[in-house]
Amino acid sequence: MLEKALRGSRGYWTWIIFLLAVVLIGFSFYLRQLDDGLGITGMSRDVSWGLYIAQFTFLVGVAASAVMLIMPYYLHDYKAFGKITVLGEFLAVSAVIMCILFIFVDLGQPSRVMNVILYPSPGSILFWDMVVLSGYLLINIVTGWVILSCDQKEIPPPAWVKPLIYLSIPWAISIHTVTAFIYAGLPGRTFWLTAIMAPRFLASAFASGPALLILFCLIMKKCTGFDAGRSAIQTLARIAAYALAASIFFVMVELFTVFYSGIPEHEEPFRYLFAGLDGHNNLVVWMWASAALAAGALAALIYPRARQNEAILAVACVAVFISLWIEKGLGLVVTGFIPSPLVAVTEYFPTGPEIAITLGIWAGGLLILTMLYQIFLAVRLEKQGQ
Amino acid sequence: MTTSRREFLKIAGASALTLITFPVFPVGAKENVRIPGQDFTSAKPLTARRWAMAIDTSKCSKDCTDCIVACHAIHNVPDFGNPKDEVKWIWQEPFAAVFPDNQHAYSGQAIQKMRLPVLCNHCANPSCVRVCPTQATFKRPDGIVMMDYHRCIGCRLCMAGCPYGARSMNFHDPRPFIAKINPDFPTRTKGVVEKCNFCQERLAKGLLPACVLACKEKALVFGDLEDPLSDIRSLLKERFNLRRKAHLGTRPQIYYIV
Amino acid sequence: MKQHKWRFILPGLVIFVVGVTFPLWYSAVNSTPVPVLSLDTPVINQLQNKECVEDKAFMSADHMKMLHAWRDEVVREGKREYTAKDGRKFEKSLTRTCLSCHSNKEQFCDRCHNYAGAKPTCYDCHIIPEEVKK
Repeated sequence: MLEKALRGSRGYWTWIIFLLAVVLIGFSFYLRQLDDGLGITGMSRDVSWGLYIAQFTFLVGVAASAVMLIMPYYLHDYKAFGKITVLGEFLAVSAVIMCILFIFVDLGQPSRVMNVILYPSPGSILFWDMVVLSGYLLINIVTGWVILSCDQKEIPPPAWVKPLIYLSIPWAISIHTVTAFIYAGLPGRTFWLTAIMAPRFLASAFASGPALLILFCLIMKKCTGFDAGRSAIQTLARIAAYALAASIFFVMVELFTVFYSGIPEHEEPFRYLFAGLDGHNNLVVWMWASAALAAGALAALIYPRARQNEAILAVACVAVFISLWIEKGLGLVVTGFIPSPLVAVTEYFPTGPEIAITLGIWAGGLLILTMLYQIFLAVRLEKQGQ
Repeated sequence: MTTSRREFLKIAGASALTLITFPVFPVGAKENVRIPGQDFTSAKPLTARRWAMAIDTSKCSKDCTDCIVACHAIHNVPDFGNPKDEVKWIWQEPFAAVFPDNQHAYSGQAIQKMRLPVLCNHCANPSCVRVCPTQATFKRPDGIVMMDYHRCIGCRLCMAGCPYGARSMNFHDPRPFIAKINPDFPTRTKGVVEKCNFCQERLAKGLLPACVLACKEKALVFGDLEDPLSDIRSLLKERFNLRRKAHLGTRPQIYYIV
Repeated sequence: MKQHKWRFILPGLVIFVVGVTFPLWYSAVNSTPVPVLSLDTPVINQLQNKECVEDKAFMSADHMKMLHAWRDEVVREGKREYTAKDGRKFEKSLTRTCLSCHSNKEQFCDRCHNYAGAKPTCYDCHIIPEEVKK
């Protein structure tokens, strides 16, 4: 089946070569980072995590969102998703690979990464994150691949796949919960120190992931002739709408607790995010843009006439994705470090090399995703043609 | 190998030396005829059941940096020359930054202008140790929170986990940024996190921490909290003291006498 | 069809086998002479019994394992004294014990490490006393 990724139109190859070029640029900057150290990034003593870990956090959510296709189809027998569950699994595969790469490029001593396995530390949430992420990657590669190849041969999937698929459902929840626990268990970081962190993560994940899947389905419909089906896309849109509403609700709940209780340590990071603190307001514009996009997208997704118009739906999905990317892929990680334990406000600006490496990993993930989807399309269109 | 044989060899060696090598070697060269490091007898190490430090803030003068200079020179702490990449083991902060909860507009000038030394708190319940995915940072039985620089992968979760900002990352190779290398202590490599180690390498040789000895005012008192007769115990008993962010449950072991 | 397949498989296999065995025949053709390690340092010259911490065979084969063990014992367990097989005692210290005798790192350590293609990272942090003096 793998060879199907090597057959494609001119557009396909142009896209592949473009992605490869971005990967190579990112990689060349990574070599520089290996040589110089993480000092070539914008991270500092005060803001010791930045773009890399933020992308990791965001993408764990995208990976977990595959469960929004698996659960309706396998648990509730929602037939409309039958055609596209594999798309969710392949999205999870590429997202988890990006997560692992983002963790890897963030390490100061990447050559020692095996120490995590050599000296397993069950007290560390990062250790568990490694366990659940690698498990999730494996489950999704296996289930996605087996189901697609059985489809191709027109035989029913083997019996052992079903339990694995059922396992993938709680497993998907676990990857994002464990990722939230990395943050929510740190005593001094009041911005992250909240029990709503894991639910918030899951809600925003189940909005951004399906939004991305809708976009992919719409693109494929336009460019390749593969149609996921109107009801599948509309159901995904409803899922995104509910999840986005939950995500916004969770943020409001957090804001109430923080500001009504009036505890300064809890207020300050939120002040920094939405109003600026001590004259530092790097993220304020971004966060209000995120809030506006979320509100607009929610309105469009809730109102059936708007949602059913695929052009509006596409715009709404882009808005959901950007809004939640800003919230999680930009605001969440950096603000945890502001103000610092010694009440200093240090701003974070990602550097050029850091952005190039980040784009390189995104391109690498998209490359994997494109090739997996190309295989999927070849199998599906072959059958449609018959 | 039995001790008697070792003793015998020693005696034999020594007598052989006096007979054979004495005329050849200049006087005093006898000590050279042994493998360096052999028969390593360290001075009696300083040990404790729970190391801790008390800082008498009234003795600590705002313009004095003796403890900082001594610590950073002895431990080959690099100076990258910018706050972004800064590495520090012990440094000064204003009272309001060290004790944000105990600061208000009506405290006297003395408090408002006060600058206090801050360092790793060697917590009894250290969150950095809890979060480390490789046990590169760990707590010794005597309470010292140690870094194993060989094992650190540079994930910086400990920096997020430390509520005191006591940890620094080597964002570059530190070697070129050390003004004068102390050959008795290793440097670090790029990509690892470092912090104060309560001078465990000096305690092993029977020496007090460098900052404690460097302080002319004797503002830093280092000792065993589990020893009821120690200086630090009587000091903590007699004088009112604060710990940074004690409400977080990390049980910090640096006590500020105010 | 079968023939056609092998036209691709065979060259691929050849490239694979050549690639995998590259180190073997490369070193067979370009044999580098075994390096001569110098023991000519002031401290070693004054030693009567020129014996390292352990015997020579053990040291040349296993010094890295011993140093790893020293490293973990000193840092993690605070055990700083090493008792050799013959009962002599040493401080577990690369800089203070090993390099005091082998002060000629370039003619001793590096020669063999270069020959064996070993790149120990010890000296990223641990100090070579001679270098600091310069």
